[in-house]
Amino acid sequence: MDVNRKWLSRAPIQKRTAQLKPRIDHFIQTRYINKISSKVFHFYGAPSLQLIVENLKCIRGGRRIFDNVSFKLEEGQSLVVTGRNGAGKSTLLAILSGRLKASGGTIHLSGVQDRTLPECLHLIGHKEALKAVMTARENLDFAAEILGNPALSTLEALEHVGLVHAADMPVAYLSAGQKRRVALARLLVAHRPLWLLDEPTSALDTASQKILFNMMNKHVEKGGMIMAATHQEMPLVNLRELRIERPAPQEIDSDMMAGGF
Amino acid sequence: MFRIILSLIIRDMKLSARIGGSGALGLIFFLMLVTLIPFALGPDLNLLSKIGPAILWIAAVLATLIGFDRLFQADEEDGSLDLMRSSPAPLEAVVFAKAIAHWLGTGIPLAIASPLFGMLVALSPEGMLAMSVTLLVGTPALAFIGTIGAALTCSIRRGGLVLAILVLPLMIPTLIFGVSATNAALGGTIAFMTPFLILVALSLIFMVIGTIGAAAALRISD
Repeated sequence: MDVNRKWLSRAPIQKRTAQLKPRIDHFIQTRYINKISSKVFHFYGAPSLQLIVENLKCIRGGRRIFDNVSFKLEEGQSLVVTGRNGAGKSTLLAILSGRLKASGGTIHLSGVQDRTLPECLHLIGHKEALKAVMTARENLDFAAEILGNPALSTLEALEHVGLVHAADMPVAYLSAGQKRRVALARLLVAHRPLWLLDEPTSALDTASQKILFNMMNKHVEKGGMIMAATHQEMPLVNLRELRIERPAPQEIDSDMMAGGF
Repeated sequence: MFRIILSLIIRDMKLSARIGGSGALGLIFFLMLVTLIPFALGPDLNLLSKIGPAILWIAAVLATLIGFDRLFQADEEDGSLDLMRSSPAPLEAVVFAKAIAHWLGTGIPLAIASPLFGMLVALSPEGMLAMSVTLLVGTPALAFIGTIGAALTCSIRRGGLVLAILVLPLMIPTLIFGVSATNAALGGTIAFMTPFLILVALSLIFMVIGTIGAAAALRISD
């Protein structure tokens, strides 16, 4: 640490960062004491957030779901994943969230220091991860506790999705749309850079959809990243589309011959 | 991380209290087994007090099995397990917290209720105390062994039967030393501490093996 202090004390900022860069890279590569590298990041500016996926391949139950899925997502961008039913949109999100394993390809997330990909993301899927006998407030409190990085308080988050009045009702009494809104409020109680949303608008009415799109735009403007699997048009800023196609049938056959199951 | 473990334990206890979870059911099952056996054996008090510790321990082992099939399955079904996977705490911490919560919900009530049920099998007061103490230190082993089975079968729809078959053989050492510690307290040639300390050791060993094993099982299942 002393060595770094000396380094930082001389030279104007621009020159200093240029001098420091190779050293910082070395720190990151060797994972040399995180505390030091994060201190240096403070001067030098953390490298930008980036999710790079290359040639991702998924084979489930002997069936090739998708192949050669590649994309790059940078901070302040959102990506809409489209494709027909069964094309593997949810599977792609499940692989990114770490629940399923990819059969090939690489996933790389940079700019988050020593945190792993699952620690940097929110996943809102078809399963809402809400306990029916607990109240909306208890569910969110638990999520905030277990996810870490607290952002808004539970009540503020519920206010955003317009459900303060239902905070102390068991989730079992809520409608499908209200449950979904409680699940979406989870995005706000813990800060995570990457949001993975699987059909986020399902069961939501127009007003709630508008709230969701606002939340998503705000997150992107603050430098977050969003991946949403959907069939719906989404009025988002900085939006790109990733279309997942089914691999050609002959490819499936050759893969089965190679014992891909 | 300690906070995460604590909030998981509190949540699981809350859930089992509200659903009328496995704890009460285990206790009722325990009571049923212990009440039925004297009827089947007949009014021989000597015989009954002799085999009493064994009956209570067998009942306890079977009663802890109840509820294991839902330990991870419930969270897997509604997506809560995915939420826990994306926690900064390792999966081992999650597993440990859930196993402890299960033990607090089933093991502790059994240990507390066993003196009462001991009366039904004509146990002496020392026997009741020994029963309570051995159950208290022995049930963590049962809970953590069951956790491995629960993690392995969490994605199987009707996994309860497979779970019992997987888990029961592993519980046999705990059963043996639990019963022999209770019998040693009632008199006999071995000192109470010998089997009792082995029972304690079994609990500590399975706390480690169970935590690591169940977390590994959750990682491979998809």
